[in-house]
Formats: sequence, C-alpha cells, structure tokens
Amino acid sequence: MPETASAPSSSSPPASPAPTLPELFVAFALIALCGFGGVLAWSRRMLVEERRWMTAPEFDDAYALCQFLPGPNVVNLSVVFGRRIRGLPGAAVALVGLIGPPFLVVTLIGFAYARLGETAALQRMLAGIAAAAAGLVLGTCAKMARPLRKDRLGLLVVLMTFASVGVMRGPIYAALAGLVPLSTAIAWVRR
Amino acid sequence: MKDGALTALAGYFAMMSLLAIGGANSAVPEMQRVAVEVEHWMSARQFADTFAIAQLTPGPNVIIVTLIGYHVAGLPGALVATFAMCGPTCVFAFYVGHAWERFKDAPWRAAVQAGLLPISIGLIAASAFVVASAAAHNLAAVAVVLGTALLTHATRLNPLWIFAVAALLGLAGLI
Repeated sequence: MPETASAPSSSSPPASPAPTLPELFVAFALIALCGFGGVLAWSRRMLVEERRWMTAPEFDDAYALCQFLPGPNVVNLSVVFGRRIRGLPGAAVALVGLIGPPFLVVTLIGFAYARLGETAALQRMLAGIAAAAAGLVLGTCAKMARPLRKDRLGLLVVLMTFASVGVMRGPIYAALAGLVPLSTAIAWVRR
Repeated sequence: MKDGALTALAGYFAMMSLLAIGGANSAVPEMQRVAVEVEHWMSARQFADTFAIAQLTPGPNVIIVTLIGYHVAGLPGALVATFAMCGPTCVFAFYVGHAWERFKDAPWRAAVQAGLLPISIGLIAASAFVVASAAAHNLAAVAVVLGTALLTHATRLNPLWIFAVAALLGLAGLI
C-alpha cells in the first residue's frame, strides 16, 4: 500500500499491549462517532496509527476479509478484531461500541423526523442532501470500479447486477442466485 | 399489526444481512424495494430522506436500517431492524471468518473473492441509481448528484462540506 509506506509510524509493529474491554469499547465508539461518510478511514487511523493495536498489513488483511464477508464491512471488522483480541467478550464489546452510540443518535433523529419531517424548510434541505448523498455513492462506486476498467467480463457482470437489481428492481436473492455462481465460474476459469 | 411488522423487519433484514455483498449500501435497492414497493412502509421520498439522514449521521452506513425500523415500529422496530441486520453477519464473521483465514492461499477462495468484486460494484451502482433517481427531480438536483460524484471521485474532501452546501442550496429553493 503506497499510502502506508510513506508513513513510518504505521508500518512499525504495534507498540501497545492488547487493549482491555473498556478500551476496546471506547475505541470503536470513537470510530463510529467520528466516521462521517465512511468509517473505514477512521478505523484504520484509530487501530493502526493512534492505538497501534494492529500493523498496517494486519489491518489490510483483516479488512480484505471483512469486505469479502457479507453484511456491513465495519461491523464485521469490529467482530473479527474484537475476537482476535479478547474472544467472544471482545467481539461483543467492539460491536456494541460501534453500533450503540450511532444507534442512539439516529433514533433521536428518527424521533425528530417523525415530528418535523414534513416541515417545508426541512424538506427543502433534505432534498438537497439526498441529491448529494446519491452523488456520494455514485462517486464511491466509480472509485471501486477503477480496477475493472480493462476487464470486459467483469464489467459485464457489473452491468448485469446493476440492470437486474437497479433497473429491473428484481429481488436481491434472485439476482445473486444467478450472478454469484456465474461470476465465480468466470473468475475460476480465468485464474 | 405491530407484531407482524416486527417479524417482517426481522425477516427482511436478517436476509439482507447475509446478501449485502460489499457492505450495507449494497442492500439499499433491496431495502427500497421492500420498504416502498412491497410493504408500503414509506413513500419513495421518505426513503430518499431516510437514506440522506443515514449518510449524514456519524457511524457505519448500516444505521439506515435503524431509521427504517424506527419509522415502521418505533423504538422496538429500530432495535429489531438493527439486530437483524447485524446479527447473522456477525455470527458468520465470528465463526466463518476465522476458518476462512486458513484458506487464504487456496485458489478457490481467490476465485470466489474475484467473482464477488464485480457483483458488489454492480450492487453499489444500483444503490446509486435508485437513490439518485428519487433525488434528481430537477436540473439543479442532477447537477448536485453529478458534482458530488465528481468531487468524491477526484478529491478527498470531507462529504460533510458537500452536504452543507447542498442543504443550503435546497433551503434556498434551488433543488
């Protein structure tokens, strides 16, 4: 990873002893609450650079695994990391730290939206933010697709997934039941 | 009625938990399909609002399910939706993630991993399309969608700044 190679502190081995359960909770709560629009960057900064609980290659390995596992990536990361450090209690504490505080914040917002959501001024602001939020996902998607630029078969799978789920609005399980075996078979043949 | 809603929330999100290849945002088209088209829990505009609020709130993207759950059945709904979306994948990560590491160099694992990549990109693209088609209802909104996408793609600008500008443009009645 070029960006980590330029930061000497992140490639040195972890200097800190294994965190206690409260330390684990606080670290993941901070990751959650600082992570506007993407928690990955913050989890890396916290676990590798600030707390030094993981080396950069360890983090990259763990994250690659969590991206591959189904479901929310950072949620998986908290479980995999917490387990590695303190077993089942570690996994549970890291998970609650990551989900608990945002859960409280977002429930309060949900409460407010239920009462004020139809206010004209708020509606107008949300219309603006919704457009930006859509753009954010689009930009992230373009970033993710960069490695596939010259991979025609890969792009075909992207297009088929997009068309069946995004345009034709089919249920996700039906689309994946066909596309996952197809895409894996393509990758196997080209290996 | 309310018990039925809680059961439905639990069932749908537990299923999505294991099918969201590439992260929580990959399941957004399915969430929209279920919440708006199948169960009629909310209007398309309310779903777009919910998505916007979730992106604006600190924390992992998965908390959009907390908001949907709250909208459907209050606090119990928020809890059920959050547990259902996180539970199965966490159990999976806890047990399978460990074993999976041992096959790190196996060719079949590399094939599965390579095969899932374009699918996750396709799902995220579908998410972008679904939320953009709800949000882009005039030219100014289309410009904000594309402008934000360009800034996200080309710079490392904190999205909060973009959200602030977009909120002001909306407040001014331009979007």
